[in-house]
Amino acid sequence: MANVGTESVQLNSATSNVSWSPIHRQVNLGDWLFRGLTALFAGCVIALLVGIFAILTWESTDAIRRFGIGFLTSTKWDPVFKEFGALAFIYGTLLSSALALLQAVPLSIGTAVFLSEIAPGWLRAPVSFLVELLATIPSVIYGLWGIFVLVPWMRSYIGPALSSTLGFLPFFQGPNYGVSVLTASIILAIMTVPYITSVTHEVLRAVPPMQREAALALGATKWEMIRLAVLPFGRTGIIGAIMLGLGRAIGETMAVTMVIGNRADISASFFAPGSTMASVIANEFNEATYDLYVQVLVEVGLVLLLVTVVVNILARVLVWSVRTGPTGAARA
Amino acid sequence: MNYRRRKLINAVALAGAVACTLCVLLPLVLIFSNLILKGITSVNLAFFTNLPKPVGETGGGMANAIVGTLTLIGLASAVGLPIGVLAGVYLSEYGHGRLGYSVRFSADVLNGVPSIVIGIFAYTLVVLPMKSFSAYAGGFALGVIMIPIVARTTEEMVRLVPSSLREASLALGVPSWRTTVLIVLRTARGGIITGIMLATARIAGETAPLLFTAFGNQFWHSTLGGPIASLPVQIYTYAISPFDDWHRQAWAGALVLLALILVTSLSVRLLTRGRFHSAL
Repeated sequence: MANVGTESVQLNSATSNVSWSPIHRQVNLGDWLFRGLTALFAGCVIALLVGIFAILTWESTDAIRRFGIGFLTSTKWDPVFKEFGALAFIYGTLLSSALALLQAVPLSIGTAVFLSEIAPGWLRAPVSFLVELLATIPSVIYGLWGIFVLVPWMRSYIGPALSSTLGFLPFFQGPNYGVSVLTASIILAIMTVPYITSVTHEVLRAVPPMQREAALALGATKWEMIRLAVLPFGRTGIIGAIMLGLGRAIGETMAVTMVIGNRADISASFFAPGSTMASVIANEFNEATYDLYVQVLVEVGLVLLLVTVVVNILARVLVWSVRTGPTGAARA
Repeated sequence: MNYRRRKLINAVALAGAVACTLCVLLPLVLIFSNLILKGITSVNLAFFTNLPKPVGETGGGMANAIVGTLTLIGLASAVGLPIGVLAGVYLSEYGHGRLGYSVRFSADVLNGVPSIVIGIFAYTLVVLPMKSFSAYAGGFALGVIMIPIVARTTEEMVRLVPSSLREASLALGVPSWRTTVLIVLRTARGGIITGIMLATARIAGETAPLLFTAFGNQFWHSTLGGPIASLPVQIYTYAISPFDDWHRQAWAGALVLLALILVTSLSVRLLTRGRFHSAL
């Protein structure tokens, strides 16, 4: 279908041999204008992306000059003495996202396996609809639920249970206020599950039925078939799905800001309040009273942008390679 | 490994997958039940018609925030729809060259850009020159978020138009661009509207890009050049406040916002269902 455009071009050039050239010239002009107009608006998309990079770099030039690479390795965040380092936020972003994936990935793959391999046909559509519904809930509503439901539970049930069973680890020691990196990671896990699940489901559906039949014919049980024939075949795509979820988790702002506790500090304990790159921007941008402060926050935004763009590009490449990869050939 | 043991592992693993699914659906049930239980009692006529009351007085509503959200969606559409739809048309009709590839790639990357970063972008581009938080800035930020979603769905929907329709039109001597506008876009209209509604549902709940663009307002906005209230920002402000009455209103606001979004995306589902039937 994609070559319809070229066909029409051929049609027009065919008519050009006929002797009604005035009409032909008009027609070509219209085509040319329409194509130019749509190309212009399409170019806007590229310009926007380039513009976002340019504006963020431009608006943080002074901060980049002043702090250099040390900005990424310093934990000092002191607006009063004008000393800024983003390491605590980078750490908070990476830790909360990693903890979120630790919870979301097994659940998502399990759900995707259920949807593509186990669920009876009539159950598939409703269950995947409900999972996708999780993605339509706005982040601020997750945050609201987090503040008033999840945080009290963390304080009185989940936190104490974790510290009494896993308390020998440094991660589960220290005071438990309810607002913490761990709480943020639970919310993030809930929010990333629909993305990872739906892409993984799609990847598993792309596994050729021959793979499954071959495994079953060799006497494999259903689980052995999934483990040996289905999951390895979809591995690249599943990694892509996880990266896509990671991109979401890194950039997520509101829900995290509302439950993470917002403290610019690095702590070994998952119960400690923290901050992410996105949450510090959301919290402090309106309170930034002098130019350098704003510049520094924009620079945090630039770092966040670079990280998410790299993660997303990797995800696209991985998922894309599955969708266009060989579909018939058997591959162990 | 004997057969009994393999059967047992099989049963445990499959049960594990079922348990995963239940675990994933549990938060959905919890969030919805909490929203309904805590929100429904505060959703009344006053909520839709009154302004927020000052701290200390109970009652009041979010009328200004509801109107504000609708206004912002309108402004965002003014920015996002022309660019999104025309870029999508370009991608499907002429997008097999290098420019098409770059646009597609940019749209996908843009879709993954955190919305708070787009907020900073809009702040620098609109708020700083205007020297004021404004509805325009908020609408611009939301419009930027809409663009990649609308562009990619438009592209896919236009691609679904059967080539026989184009060929019939071209064979009648209709110029290629008029074929695109009169035949292809008209046929794909339902699908394009679907994409637009999905994008609307997505931006209706966005909070982060509005914090320092539209800012928020406890009163009616007098001009689009000034700060404007919106449901998500109002919910955020109320949720992190220390006042019980505001918490109550935050739940009500969340319930109304979610209802707005669900109605939009559910009607999309019904629309697409109808479209696929008519396409077959």
